Amino acid sequence: MSSRRTFTRPGRIAAIAPYLWLALFFLVPFGFVLKISLSQTAIAQPPYLPVFDLTQGWEAIKPALAALSLDNFRLLISDNLYALSYLRSLFVAAVSTSILLVIGYPIAYGMARLPRRWQAVAMMLVIVPFWTSFLIRIYAWINILQHDGLLNQVLLALHLVSAPVVWLSTDSAMYLGIVYSYLPFMILPLYATLAKIDPALLEAAGDLGSSPRQAFWQVTFPLSWPGIGAGVLLCFIPIVGEFVIPDLLAGSNSMMIGQTLWLEFFTNKDWPVASAAAVVLLLLLLAPLTFYDRLQRRQLEGAR
Amino acid sequence: MADELPKPEPRVDVTDVPLLRIEGVTKKFGVFRAVDRLSLDIRAGEFFALLGPSGCGKTTLLRMLAGFETPDQGRILLNGRDIAQVLPHRRPVNMMFQNYALFPHLTVRENIAFGLKRAGMPRSEIEKRVAGLVALLKLQGMEKRRPDQLSGGQKQRVALARALARQPQVLLLDEPLAALDKKLRESTQLELMELQRRLRMTFIIVTHDQEEAMTVAHRIGVMDNGRLEQVATPRELYEAPNSRWIAEFVGDVNMFEGQVSSREAGRLTISTRDAGTIVAAEPRQPTPKAAVCVAIRPEKVKLARRGPASDSVNSRAINRLEGIVTDVSYLGGLTTYKVKLDTGAVVRSSMANTARLEFDSYMASQRVVAWFTPDDCVVLEQ
Repeated sequence: MSSRRTFTRPGRIAAIAPYLWLALFFLVPFGFVLKISLSQTAIAQPPYLPVFDLTQGWEAIKPALAALSLDNFRLLISDNLYALSYLRSLFVAAVSTSILLVIGYPIAYGMARLPRRWQAVAMMLVIVPFWTSFLIRIYAWINILQHDGLLNQVLLALHLVSAPVVWLSTDSAMYLGIVYSYLPFMILPLYATLAKIDPALLEAAGDLGSSPRQAFWQVTFPLSWPGIGAGVLLCFIPIVGEFVIPDLLAGSNSMMIGQTLWLEFFTNKDWPVASAAAVVLLLLLLAPLTFYDRLQRRQLEGAR
Repeated sequence: MADELPKPEPRVDVTDVPLLRIEGVTKKFGVFRAVDRLSLDIRAGEFFALLGPSGCGKTTLLRMLAGFETPDQGRILLNGRDIAQVLPHRRPVNMMFQNYALFPHLTVRENIAFGLKRAGMPRSEIEKRVAGLVALLKLQGMEKRRPDQLSGGQKQRVALARALARQPQVLLLDEPLAALDKKLRESTQLELMELQRRLRMTFIIVTHDQEEAMTVAHRIGVMDNGRLEQVATPRELYEAPNSRWIAEFVGDVNMFEGQVSSREAGRLTISTRDAGTIVAAEPRQPTPKAAVCVAIRPEKVKLARRGPASDSVNSRAINRLEGIVTDVSYLGGLTTYKVKLDTGAVVRSSMANTARLEFDSYMASQRVVAWFTPDDCVVLEQ
């Protein structure tokens, strides 16, 4: 009885809205990408074949469908440039996410233990950098890291180095940029989870014989898993597809998949191969997403 | 099963040395003195209740016993050892938390075993101890559930089992039953008493519910403004409060202010504005001041249509107040009446409904005599 009457009519429309949104702005464009990934490159406008012309009716579309092929995906496998790009992306994302977790967890933990009114201030401090454009902040880093930039000046002034160090166009610079840019995405979900943990639980652990350090590992840490999961995914997934930061800060000897995609799309004008690379990236990212989904479902079941 | 459970070793000198001695303990939060130079002895095997209005410092005191707060001054001696500065995880004391503070990520079994694991107890012994507690607190079949799959009453029992698991020398209970509904609370109070009697463990409970304190505790310490106002058995507290504040805080009371006009042979004659002249028994500790107040519990005030049949010995001494019944509340076991005296003051009386048919009941606007004996009066300083 209650299940049928869960939603009133406007309620039902509101419940459908997110799906409509997803269909319109995710599923339909993904259909385009998938179709292009199965097409052949061509010197034409648009630069691929076949083109579906819906105005010509079903008879015209049938041969076009027959012209679709998996050639682009075969190319992705045969040329290890792509495989290396994927691996580098996953590697960079994994390393960056680990660094983010190691830095972000103590910050979030510290924030959650601040007195209430200072928590809001700390939250502002985490968010405020977002008010400046992302690109400007990355360019600012270039400025700091360049040959006669602020970092080298400070290091020289402190006599820590005798000659300017090359920072730009190195992996260190890229990791620095990524960690800097994604830190709030790690801190905020962790903070939200940690702040919710009842302090009485830590007292209970202490009362039952845990030292403060033991209480952290036995109570706080296990209870912060949802936050860790959310923070890791929020960072890992976009970092895998990251383009701007590696392009501006890293060297040009190895590329992340975002850069390879850009190259195929804009330099080589090979839309079909770029689309195929994008489809594969999406499939790769489905794995951690499914994992997170299962984690969340378990949490929900636990909560019942 | 229950026989394997916490059973503190027999103690020597139980009569002389209190298990727990609180000596001049003060705790300040800023300039606010939550606990103010408080001293208290608690004997081994005692069920002690700390009772008081919210903000009186009872929870702060309990938290100092658990180690979550450190006293600014004073000592807390457990078996003669000062534990005031000892960290919570090093104290042989356990606490049952107000909202239970069960670990949400652990099962019932893991929650109960938590403290035993920390103590480094061998696995087989943990199993045995947990099984004993599960049986004692009737938690069979719940061992694998997580706290959010339990009812309020079940959570309460898990919290109790977890706090008992380490066989603490003192078990602290912070408003342990506040989250339960009335019926369940009453039955749980009886279970708590039974448990305490069986384990012969020392229990200290903090509560703001005086009925609860009176039901479960051997002795009650009533706190106000960080100090103990009175420490006494429930009966003493109710029948012989040592101050006007206690008399008014514990239970209902009729209070009349007046002046002592004469003292003779264990009797005080007190002239009051609201209730005329009252003859009261001289209190055990005589009040030196003339300005006093007389406290009479409502159930000690009896109603009659006429003055009670005069009794040759006491007739002169019986206090009679004439007035009109203004309010009648039938509560089942008893009926409470409000009687407006001719002086304008109101006296409350409650009478047990011992007969099923209405022999003794009075109606509103009926003229009655409210009477009580000198021994029913408690004379207190104003």
